[in-house]
Amino acid sequence: MTNLIIWPVLIPLLTGILLLFAPKRVVFQRGLSTVSAAVLLVVNIFIVFTVQQQGIQTLQLGGWQPPFGIVLVTDMLAALLITAAAVVSLPILVFSIYSIGKERERFYFYAFYQFLIAGVMGAFITGDIFNLFVFFEVMLISSYILIVHGGTKKQLRESFKYVLVNVISSAFFVVGVAYLYAVTGTLNMAQLSERIGSLDTGAPILSVIAVLFLIVFGLKGALFPLYFWLPASYAAPPSPIAAIFGALLTKVGIYSIFRTYSMIFTHDTAFTHQLLGILAALTMIIGVIGAVAHQDVKKILVYNVIVAVGFVLFGVSTMTETGYMGAIFYLFHDIIIKGALFLMIGAMITVAGSTHLKEMGGLIKYHPRLGWMFFTAVMALVGVPPLSGFIGKLMLVQGGAEAGQYWIIAVMMASSLLVLYSMIRIFLKGFYGKIKLEKADQYGTTKGLLLPCAFLLTVSVLIGVGAEAVYPLAATAAETLYEPQIYIDAVLKE
Amino acid sequence: MKSNDVILQTATNIVLFIVLMFSVFIFFNGHHEPGGGFIGGLMTSSAVVLLLLAYDLETVKRVLPFDFKIVTAAGLLTAVATGMGSFLFGEPFLSQTYDYFTFPVLGELELATALLFDIGVYLVVIGITLTIIQTIGEDR
Amino acid sequence: MEIVMSIIAGVLFMGGTYLVLSKNMIRIIIGTAIISHGAHVLLLTMAGLKSGAPPLLGLKASTYTDPLPQALILTAIVISFGVTSFFLVLGYRTYKETGTDNTEKMRGTDSYD
Repeated sequence: MTNLIIWPVLIPLLTGILLLFAPKRVVFQRGLSTVSAAVLLVVNIFIVFTVQQQGIQTLQLGGWQPPFGIVLVTDMLAALLITAAAVVSLPILVFSIYSIGKERERFYFYAFYQFLIAGVMGAFITGDIFNLFVFFEVMLISSYILIVHGGTKKQLRESFKYVLVNVISSAFFVVGVAYLYAVTGTLNMAQLSERIGSLDTGAPILSVIAVLFLIVFGLKGALFPLYFWLPASYAAPPSPIAAIFGALLTKVGIYSIFRTYSMIFTHDTAFTHQLLGILAALTMIIGVIGAVAHQDVKKILVYNVIVAVGFVLFGVSTMTETGYMGAIFYLFHDIIIKGALFLMIGAMITVAGSTHLKEMGGLIKYHPRLGWMFFTAVMALVGVPPLSGFIGKLMLVQGGAEAGQYWIIAVMMASSLLVLYSMIRIFLKGFYGKIKLEKADQYGTTKGLLLPCAFLLTVSVLIGVGAEAVYPLAATAAETLYEPQIYIDAVLKE
Repeated sequence: MKSNDVILQTATNIVLFIVLMFSVFIFFNGHHEPGGGFIGGLMTSSAVVLLLLAYDLETVKRVLPFDFKIVTAAGLLTAVATGMGSFLFGEPFLSQTYDYFTFPVLGELELATALLFDIGVYLVVIGITLTIIQTIGEDR
Repeated sequence: MEIVMSIIAGVLFMGGTYLVLSKNMIRIIIGTAIISHGAHVLLLTMAGLKSGAPPLLGLKASTYTDPLPQALILTAIVISFGVTSFFLVLGYRTYKETGTDNTEKMRGTDSYD
């Protein structure tokens, strides 16, 4: 079964291509994309089990031996992340069937949704830096189209900035690849890890390259000084698109930082990882300030995406196995819970007809299920045990303590509290409080919108309650990152 | 807009076929020599663009009555399907093979499965380029 | 030769940055295209310029030039071609919809922002 690990890319890619042939047949589009998303989920879960039983899976594209050809590598981290991505992609798709509108459906919405998923999957499983760039571009070009899809004034205005930022960061990606190739003579991640490990530790050019890649991935992943584009652009498109962006796109940037900073750029951790830790702390601070300051529900949630970036990257910067495990746990949890929250906010906006808290209020009277689901999701996001956020945060704190980063732990705790405040404010003002909209005044119904939210919330609760089952998987993933030799052996020695 | 393009149109009628022939040559040339699907496709689409410049969009649509988005999709499908063809033989994705065949007129030729992939690339490039040009050109 | 190429890459980056910093949408788009060209030139130069025969079968040369950067650049060029054309259409649509090509006038002004 050598070809097993290409399927997560091929399934959405093929589906997207088939959808291009009949853009106007909406029923066909909906059916095929839902089936494909479900199949993708099953395949990805199967891959997790395969990796758990047989170790890291590799596939040499075209039969070219690494490091000469492109190699796809699915270690446990990649397997977990593709599964999380498939878990959110299915309900968001179902949600968009109910809410995106006929006009958008007829203009290749589902096709580009599938291409976006293909790009995300590819970025997670590739073992080659340049191939990572290519999959990044597949994902980004699809995201350009989805963010502007529908072409409202606001979307056009924001997507211009979004595209501009990402085009520039892609150019820097190419520059980073060029430097890396000049210094090491390879682009295969396993070989890079091996070669940089054996290089002179003080080589300053490597630190330059490391920071260059941090800028590139930080721009995509919304790290502290480079997050500025995110709030406006993620708030512009309709809810399902915002949900897939918030759940997945920044996570790919974070994953890339995770991968490169744990396996490749380990030559001068005193500088690079210290920098990463400080930036992670600043990211948390700026994220919660934004989340607390805004009155617009979409904006509040978007700033919470930025906070999560800080949490995960703090785990990466600790360079401890516990910290890595915490980061993996939190990343997995965050993909799912952010998907759920964005969808619930989407349902709220559908009902209230506005994104502003002032226009909502008392929604719980007519939508009790949505209200309590939202409350549970907020608790999971903040990390109330036994829900899914708890274990991740606990291990992040442990890892941070092992690394002696006490002040960042303090920042993390404080920002967690403020995250709780910012989200519970939505609950108190939006669901509780004076009733603003009587049944007749509501702008839309939540018909069909609650099931996807419930699905994601259930998964999130299951991760929390069944943490004991997920723990060994996260441990395997963290071990591979902590000891890159396992990865190198799996890729190069065959 | 009425303008006198007699020279351009007459030249285009001849040059178009030269460019098309050359693009096909470039396309088949590209396995061990410079050329290939991407360049061949770009050259074919530049021939169509020449036609577009000399005449107008309606003429091009009459001469080439395809939906270029479908051409793109067909090209993508060809390329991916060629990559998946290797699954049948238990080889990794995108594996290719080649062999030598003797043809009645042409003599011995090398045929590679990479050519099928290149056909996909060729179609994608033509489809994309012409879709872009049509989209911008139609809207005035 | 490498030095000349590095300077060219630097000049391209410089010009591209200048254009991106202007207010006109078309200038910004062309600026991004120029920056990506700068990145491509840099990629070509970084791997070392011509050091042997072209990497083609049948030339039977003693040394060949490293083909990988060229493959990378071709990929990067194709991607930047696609992105630039998309960006141009996006800029055009934005111009039609908002009625301006001046980015100063495109600042966010929604009801509650």
